[in-house]
Amino acid sequence: MVQFSLSKQQKMIKDEVARVVRDLVVENAHDMDESGEIPPETLQKIWELGLCISQVPETYGGFGLAASPLENVLAIEELAYGDVSVAVAALLPSLFIVPIMEMGTPAQQEKFLPLACTENYPGLTLALNEPAIGFDPVRLNTTATRDNGAYVLNGTKCLVPYAARASHILVAAAADGENRLFIVENGTSGLSVGEREKNMGLAALETFGVSLENCRVPEENCLAPGENTGYETVLSRARTAMAALGTGLVRASYDFARQYAKTRQQFGEPIGCRQAVAFTVAEMAYETDALRFMTWRAASSLEAGNDAKRHSYLAKLYADEMTTKLTDYGVQVLGGHGYIRDYPVERYYRNARGIGNFEALAIV
Amino acid sequence: MINLEPDEKMVNVQGSMRQMAESIFRPVARKYDEKEHTYPHELDMFKNIPVMGGSRKKKDSAKDDKKKKQKSGMGQNLSTVVTIEELAWGDVGLLLTLPNAGLGNASIAAVATDDQMERFGNKWVAMAITEPEAGSDSGSVSTTAELDGDEWVLNGEKIFVTCADRCDAVVVWATIDPSAGKSGIKPFVVEKATPGLTLDHLEHKLGIRASDTGTLVFNNCRIPRDNILGSSEIKKNTEGFKGVMKTFDNTRPMIAAMSVGVARAALDFTRQQLEAHGYQIDYDLKPVNVSSIQNTFYKMEAHLEAMRLLTWRAACMADEGETNNVEASMAKAKAGRYGTLITQQCCELLGPLGYSRQHLAEKWMRDSKILDIFEGTGQIQHLIVARNILNLSSTQLK
Repeated sequence: MVQFSLSKQQKMIKDEVARVVRDLVVENAHDMDESGEIPPETLQKIWELGLCISQVPETYGGFGLAASPLENVLAIEELAYGDVSVAVAALLPSLFIVPIMEMGTPAQQEKFLPLACTENYPGLTLALNEPAIGFDPVRLNTTATRDNGAYVLNGTKCLVPYAARASHILVAAAADGENRLFIVENGTSGLSVGEREKNMGLAALETFGVSLENCRVPEENCLAPGENTGYETVLSRARTAMAALGTGLVRASYDFARQYAKTRQQFGEPIGCRQAVAFTVAEMAYETDALRFMTWRAASSLEAGNDAKRHSYLAKLYADEMTTKLTDYGVQVLGGHGYIRDYPVERYYRNARGIGNFEALAIV
Repeated sequence: MINLEPDEKMVNVQGSMRQMAESIFRPVARKYDEKEHTYPHELDMFKNIPVMGGSRKKKDSAKDDKKKKQKSGMGQNLSTVVTIEELAWGDVGLLLTLPNAGLGNASIAAVATDDQMERFGNKWVAMAITEPEAGSDSGSVSTTAELDGDEWVLNGEKIFVTCADRCDAVVVWATIDPSAGKSGIKPFVVEKATPGLTLDHLEHKLGIRASDTGTLVFNNCRIPRDNILGSSEIKKNTEGFKGVMKTFDNTRPMIAAMSVGVARAALDFTRQQLEAHGYQIDYDLKPVNVSSIQNTFYKMEAHLEAMRLLTWRAACMADEGETNNVEASMAKAKAGRYGTLITQQCCELLGPLGYSRQHLAEKWMRDSKILDIFEGTGQIQHLIVARNILNLSSTQLK
């Protein structure tokens, strides 16, 4: 039955994450953006909510709960409302865990899932994006060639979060005409992590370029080596998560712009008393809802175990358009103040482009 | 629990309504666009099927709705917008002139007494609000109703009345005390044959030509005293007026659903044409890596989904018995505007096919425009949303 209201459990998760975000993220987001660092205690506190490992079987150290893409998008929205960098960093291990849960062989699950189910925030990440014009996750330039019981990886990756401190990196590469994921141990010869990247936004998030030069990976580290690669499902899940990040981000911009329009006085009255401002904020209101529902639509398909290719594609597309458009509105409502880094709307605007330009910064 | 994946029940409603739209509306869509003002007799079969708000619905039925919903799995409002999307996909002009499914029927269903229900429930009832000098400002209507003995005497002119010619009766908004402002405005049911009521003329329109839009003139038009809907008492506040405006909380999602239906019709046709010409719509490559035509198509599809989901949300809230005033306006603001843009863009992509009257794309572009205008223009919807989220009154945010 079509329904827009949250179950008790969904509400509980949303509220719990929102509380942590309120306590640890909202006030500090500006400083984290300026300093380029997320305090490890912050990541640890969010890690302790168990969001990333709740669906991992208990035998591997997880909670063994049913996977719920809907619960995940609710959590992602709340985290991204506080800060997109923090959201990506805090949920980063999921980008390693979910593909292994989805596509991994029992042997791979047994070997690698316990790495994720640790007391402390683990160093696990995904290398998917590549520094190329028109980079497309379905047309990877990085290659994996079979050679004598191993795969040899070659290519360049970018925007790999926390690559320097990761123990394992999941690398996307084209092999035998299919796109596949490979588990690569950090330190493997041929894999090198570059300097920390400097980006327009997502400034608190440590990201790196990673290059692979004849990097040999044992055959058994290829996830789903058969015909059914599962890669498309991973993309659908990642696109849905990107839309959820976007939802949290635009909601933050909307909230701030709305508050500002109510309080900022010009011509003897709040600027919200002028249609030009009021209608802008109204559009932000319903487009934020629309983006959230696009996200929920895709997540609902995933939750039901149905094909979510179309809905996740459209949700990500909608997020691409709306994040930049609405955060732009957010800056514009504040006028000159919106351009000053003391106000959060300029950060939202910089972060928005990151959601549009990249793929798979999160997964549900 | 959140779930936006249609269940079997909804898929069935969509399927059967779509079949009806395809077999009954589509074949004559062009015919009645060309033959403006000719009654589409093919629609006679709909006379006893309640579409617009359900003609036999009793008032204060939100609770009943909720009960019913738990039983059937789909609320009345959601079921209605799903139905409307499909029928509008067939043809929105014809949908607007479905017998016994006027806007007046919706307000009678909402506020009529049992006696009034008995008298008007089975009639085709239009709605007459707009006047030459009162458009969006519906609170300033100047048509008057004066009590004379046991009768109300109506005087004034109403324009843009949908189904003005074909209806059996009309709900007329008139003031019983011009000095009382909005609180003096009351709805009255006037039967078509009443002396003093004349149809002045029918309009020639850009689109929805299958629907007859006309001007009604009331000249000392006398109706029974109990033809007033609701109470004749003038309250100091504008609660009464607001109550009547609430009818529109239910109808705005319906108009939004029409917009979704028309835009989807245009997109379906465009997709057919694109695929026939070798363009793949497969949601595979990133939008930056496909042709401009495919990119545009994907974006339109995304906006269409957004329109539909905002519409469903407003309907679901009504089914839950929640106030959905703001959300209904959000749905109409989004759907009205983007329905217009999508149908425009389909015409653009289709080139000569989009401009030719051999196909329906040009018609959909004309038809969809009205959906961002009537039942509150897009601008009025933005006002409603903005006043609510900014907590400003109508005098603070004009």
